[in-house]
Amino acid sequence: MTDAPKAMTDLIDLMARLPGLGPRSARRAVLHLIKKRGQLMGPLAEAMAQVSATARECLNCGNIGTTDICEICQSEKRGNGMICVVEDVADLWAMERSAQFKGRYHVLGGTLSALDAIGPDELRIPKLLDRIASEQISEVILALSATIDGQTTAHYIADQLPGVTVTSLAQGVPVGGELDYLDDGTITAALKARRAL
Amino acid sequence: MPGPFVAKISLSHFRSHHRTELSFDGGPVAIYGPNGAGKTNLIEAVSLLSPGRGMRRAGADDLIRRPEAIGWKIRAEVAGHEVETWAEPGSSRQVRIDGKTTSQVALGRLMRVLWLVPSMDRLWIEGAEGRRRFLDRAVLSFDPRHAEAVLDYEKAMRERNRLLKDMVRDAHWYAAVEGQMARAGAAIHAGRQSTIEALMRAQADAETAFPAADLALSHPETDPQTTEDGLRAAFAEGRSRDLGAGRTLTGPHRADLEAVWKAKDVPARDCSTGEQKALLVSLILANARALAQAHPPVLLLDEVAAHLDDGRRAALYDEICALGGQAFMTGTGPELFTAFGERANYLEATDTAGVSQMTIRESQS
Repeated sequence: MTDAPKAMTDLIDLMARLPGLGPRSARRAVLHLIKKRGQLMGPLAEAMAQVSATARECLNCGNIGTTDICEICQSEKRGNGMICVVEDVADLWAMERSAQFKGRYHVLGGTLSALDAIGPDELRIPKLLDRIASEQISEVILALSATIDGQTTAHYIADQLPGVTVTSLAQGVPVGGELDYLDDGTITAALKARRAL
Repeated sequence: MPGPFVAKISLSHFRSHHRTELSFDGGPVAIYGPNGAGKTNLIEAVSLLSPGRGMRRAGADDLIRRPEAIGWKIRAEVAGHEVETWAEPGSSRQVRIDGKTTSQVALGRLMRVLWLVPSMDRLWIEGAEGRRRFLDRAVLSFDPRHAEAVLDYEKAMRERNRLLKDMVRDAHWYAAVEGQMARAGAAIHAGRQSTIEALMRAQADAETAFPAADLALSHPETDPQTTEDGLRAAFAEGRSRDLGAGRTLTGPHRADLEAVWKAKDVPARDCSTGEQKALLVSLILANARALAQAHPPVLLLDEVAAHLDDGRRAALYDEICALGGQAFMTGTGPELFTAFGERANYLEATDTAGVSQMTIRESQS
């Protein structure tokens, strides 16, 4: 059996390094792209080249955009005095999909972890403290993971923000969720955060 | 009322077992045979039907039968559910219940397993770590959420110890980590305290041939903090001392379990070897009795007859039968189980060219 030409195996190897793809799915994806060269592969290659040339991190909040300051940070409308702190750009996108939050974001890029040598300076926390002063922020919403590292980071930030309202996302029953499928910890959190109807 | 029990078990390439299949009726099982015949390996397999590393605290790779080294698998019918747990070489243990992949924690919901192994014979004279682990397993048998509090506490403490080693001076960072430690630490303490009380009650309420022990938690500090606020303050106060030591010197990870032979008022560490064993058996039975009010646990008693005189041995067997749960016991010869009579099932373990064989015997003789 002859292997695919080197250019193609190189492409397969690169694709296999993407999250969610293994060697087998990478081969299938490359074969599919080759078959759909005109409709898919050409436009994909162009789109990738363009994003590669223009994508950059927002200098203000850490979001990914094509300009030094992202659209959300530039928008006057989003300057409502609220900042939502998230771990990652994927979390920011999830919040934006809900279209409920009208303020600005701050992407930490991870959580505090002494064991992994990730400290406040690696997480844009000093920049967050600057922004709270310069952007007249009245409320900081901490939308961080409910893990030890996530909660340590949340407490670290909250500890340094006297005079600003600090909130965190509620924990409990997901919308459309059935109690029977929830773990004990989630039910405990939901019960503690119960409210009058 | 009979508790959940192991109705069937099959071991494939597990330690000395090549292929072993057995069925049980939920009563006591006495396993006898010479050293190295695979008795303990069988009950270790039963211990792996509960969360964790089993009664020998072995890594998944240590359980692989050599020289084939193709990984191991245990299949069992537990409380009416099909349980499978296995590991391929170099990877961690997997669990499937009724054909669905799940976490080890789910095993804890099917049945509770308590064990007594010979390495615990030195529990009262060795370091506090073993006694903390013994107590934490007892807490876990009452409340599976204890594992989560212990893991959270250890994770946060590793973070704090790293900050101390790196001489980090950021007070906010310490406060955030210590807050997590305090929350988990207070839960750990409360769980340990209520377990000690449950064990003492179970001892006091029972008529038993085994000695009752007065149990208490002790701490290196004269005024130990045990509430969330108290622990948070203690961690903050201890920062400069801990910076010097490079680790956390206060908290529930420093607690110890103290036992005193009640009738004689003698600390467990000063008792004779046989008395120390009797105290351990007493605590395991108290734990089982306390649990039996809901569901009797499955007991694994490895080489339990060693160090016990004939009277205590007979009393132990009577108590096991009274508990009404399943129990697996090992010993070198059938004569150790004579006092069971017709009340137990008997398995004889033999070794044939490095492969364990298990044979069901009608009685111990």
